[in-house]
Amino acid sequence: MTYLEVFYQTLARSMPEWLAYLIPFLVGSIVVLGFLLTTVMVFIYMERRVLGRFQIRQGPNRTGPKGLLQPVADAIKVLTKEDIVPLPGDKVAHFIAPILVFIPTLLIFAVIPFQNGALLADLNIGVMYVAAVGTISVIGAFVAGWGSNNKYSLISAIRAVAQMVSYEVPLMLSMVGVVLIAGSLSLNSIVEKQHIPFIFLQPLGFFIFLAGSLAEINRTPFDLLEADSEIVAGFHTEYSGMKFALFFLGEYAHAVVTSALISVFFLSGWKGFPGLPIFVWFLIKIGLVFTGIIWIRSTLPRFRVDQLMGFAWKFLFPAALVNIFITGLEAMVWPGFPWFVVIINWIVAGAVVASGSLLFVTGKGRILEIPGAKPEGRSLIEAR
Amino acid sequence: MELKTEPMILNMGPQHPSTHGVFRMRVALDGEIVTDLEMVFGYLHRGVEKLAEGRTYTQNVTLTDRMDYLASMTNNFAYVLAVEKLANIQVPERAQYIRVIMAEMMRLSSHLMAIGFFLNDCGAFQTPLLYMYREREKLLDLFEMVCGQRLTYNYMRPGGLSHDLPPEFLPALKRFVREMPAFIDEYDRLLSDNEILLARTKGVGILPREMAISCSASGPVLRASGVAWDLRKADPYSLYDRFSFEIPTGQTGDNYDRYWVRLQELKQSVKILQQAIEQLPDGLHIAPEVPLYLHPAPGEAYGHIESPKGELGFYLVSDGGSAPYRMKIRPPSLINLTALRDMVIGWKIADAITVFGSIDIVLGEVDR
Repeated sequence: MTYLEVFYQTLARSMPEWLAYLIPFLVGSIVVLGFLLTTVMVFIYMERRVLGRFQIRQGPNRTGPKGLLQPVADAIKVLTKEDIVPLPGDKVAHFIAPILVFIPTLLIFAVIPFQNGALLADLNIGVMYVAAVGTISVIGAFVAGWGSNNKYSLISAIRAVAQMVSYEVPLMLSMVGVVLIAGSLSLNSIVEKQHIPFIFLQPLGFFIFLAGSLAEINRTPFDLLEADSEIVAGFHTEYSGMKFALFFLGEYAHAVVTSALISVFFLSGWKGFPGLPIFVWFLIKIGLVFTGIIWIRSTLPRFRVDQLMGFAWKFLFPAALVNIFITGLEAMVWPGFPWFVVIINWIVAGAVVASGSLLFVTGKGRILEIPGAKPEGRSLIEAR
Repeated sequence: MELKTEPMILNMGPQHPSTHGVFRMRVALDGEIVTDLEMVFGYLHRGVEKLAEGRTYTQNVTLTDRMDYLASMTNNFAYVLAVEKLANIQVPERAQYIRVIMAEMMRLSSHLMAIGFFLNDCGAFQTPLLYMYREREKLLDLFEMVCGQRLTYNYMRPGGLSHDLPPEFLPALKRFVREMPAFIDEYDRLLSDNEILLARTKGVGILPREMAISCSASGPVLRASGVAWDLRKADPYSLYDRFSFEIPTGQTGDNYDRYWVRLQELKQSVKILQQAIEQLPDGLHIAPEVPLYLHPAPGEAYGHIESPKGELGFYLVSDGGSAPYRMKIRPPSLINLTALRDMVIGWKIADAITVFGSIDIVLGEVDR
C-alpha cells in the first residue's frame, strides 16, 4: 500500500470522499514538484562546479558562499530577459514547444518510488508509462526547431527526430531484461525485487540503458541536438527569456529523471544499508549517476550524425536483443536467478562489447562523391 | 521515383561559435551533407600592408603583432628578418638565440591553442582546451616576464631585441622545459587513442599530397599531407642550422594527421628549446650601430620563417626613405585556407567544422 493510499484512508474518515481523494494527490504532486525543481537547482550548481573541477578551473564561486546562489542568479537573469519571438516564425509552435519539452519530464516523476510506497501512482504498467511519456519531449524539440524559422534549428529538429526515435528502441529493449528478472512492470516492485542491484545481473542492459539515456537527454557524446560548435544552440537557438529557461529546466529535469530511472532499474532504488534514512540512499544514488553523466560530458568528443545512427542500429540494437535472449533463457532455465548467473552475464556483456568494438566501424570514408569535388587536377580558384 | 529537393543555403558565420573569429562559410546543404562551400572573409581587414607605408621600419613591428595574434613573436621575427636583409644588419648571436627561443615558445603556445580548439570543434566540451590553456598560461607568464605583454609582444627590433632577458627568465624557462614533455604525453594519452576522436578525424578532410603542394599550403597542413617541408630545415634562417630536430610528417593528410603532426611538433619544439638554453651565449641583445630611423638603400628583400601556421613571409621594398615603399605579406593562414572547399565538399556539416578547425587559422592574419 502506498503512502498516498494511507493518507486517503486517514482523510476519508473525516471528510467527503472526493475531497479525501483529491487532497493527497495535490499534496503529493506539490511535494514531488518541489523536490524536482530543488534537485534541478542543485544539479545545475553541481554540474557547473564538478565540470569546473574536471576542467581544472573553479566554476562559479562569486554569488553567495562557494557560488551556491548561482542558480538563483541564473533564474533571475533569465526571468528578466526579453522574450523574443522571430517574426517569420510560427508563433503557436514557438510558444507551445517549451511546454511540450518540460511537462513530460515532470510526468515521469509520478511513478518513481522515493521509498517503499512513496510514489504518486504505483502503476502496474510503470515501465510502459515511462517509455511512453518520456518520448513526448521529442515532439517539443521538433516543434521548437520548426517554429523558429531558423536553419540551425531546423537541422537540429531533423536530428532530434532521427536520434530520439533510433535510441528509443535499444532503450526500451534494455528495460525488458530488468522486467524479465523482476517479473513486474511496476517500478516499486522492481525495486523490491532487487536483492542485489540489477547492474550485477544486467551489466549489458545497464550499458545500453545508459547510452540510450544519454542520447535521450542530449548529453555528450550524443549531444547532436545542441551541438554548439556546429549548429549554434540547435532547436533553442531562437529562444530567450522564460521560454529558454523552460528548455533549460526541462533538460536538467530530464537528467534528474534519467538518473532516478537508472537508480531504480539498476542500482536498487531506495534500498541501502541501514544507518541512513531510505530516501537519502536514493538521493545519493541519483547524485552518483548524475556525476557519472557529467564525467562523460567532460571527457568525450561528439559523434557525427551517421556514426550516431550507426551506433544505435548496428551496435546497441543487436546487443539489446542478445541481452533479452540471454536473460530470457536464464529466466526459463534458472527461474531463481542463482549467483552464477551474474558471472555468465558479465562474461556475455564483456564479449558483446568487445566484439562490438572490434566489428563496428564508426567512421567510414566520404559520404558522397560529387563529380567535380574530386581534388585531383582541379583549379583552386574557380569562377562561380 | 526520384524526389528532387532544393539545397539549403546556410550562412555559417560571421557570428558562429566555431568560426574562430569573423569568418563566413556559405554552405549549400543536402540534408546534412555539404554540397558546396564558399568562403567569405575580409571582415577583419585593417589594411596592415598600406598602414606600413606610412610608418617607420621600427614602428611597423607593432603592426605585425596584430596579424596572427596567437603567435605575435614569430610575426615580429619574420618582419625583422626582412628588414635586416633589406638594410644589411648583422644581429648579435645572443639576440639570435633569444629569437629562436621566443619563436619555439610561440610555436608551443600556438599549437596548444590549435589542438585545443580543434578538439572543441570535435565536440569535446572544453576539457582538452582548458588543459592546453594550463600550459599556455605558463608560456604567457614567461612572455610577460620578457616584455611585459601577454598577447602583443612588440619585442623584436631590426638588429636585435628591445631589451635583454630578465635574470628570472632562464630558471623559469628551464623548469617549463623540464615539465613540458610529461604534459605532452598526458595530452597524447588523453586524446590520441580516443575511439570517438579517431572516428571523427581518421580519413576525414583529406588533403592529398599533390594538391597540398599545388595550392602552396605550408606548415603542419602541408607536412600532414606527407611533404617534409619545413623552412627551418629547407632554408635555415637565423640559427636553425645549429639545432638537431626532426620534421614529423603525416601520411594521408586527414584531420588526424594534422592533429598528430602538431602534437609531435610540440615535442620537437621542446627539444630545440633545450638545445638553445644550453648554447645561449653572453653578449649584446641588439646591434649597437643600428639607428632608430632606418634609411635602407633602395632595393627589396623577402624574409620568411616557419611560423606555427606555415610559411610567413614579408616582402619589403625600400625607396631610401624612412618607411617601406611597399610591404607585402604572405599569410600562411589565408593560403592554407584556400584548400578548405575541396576538403569539405561531400562530407557532413559536422566535418566541415572539424576540417576548418584542423587547418588552424587566425582571422587577424587571414584578413590583415
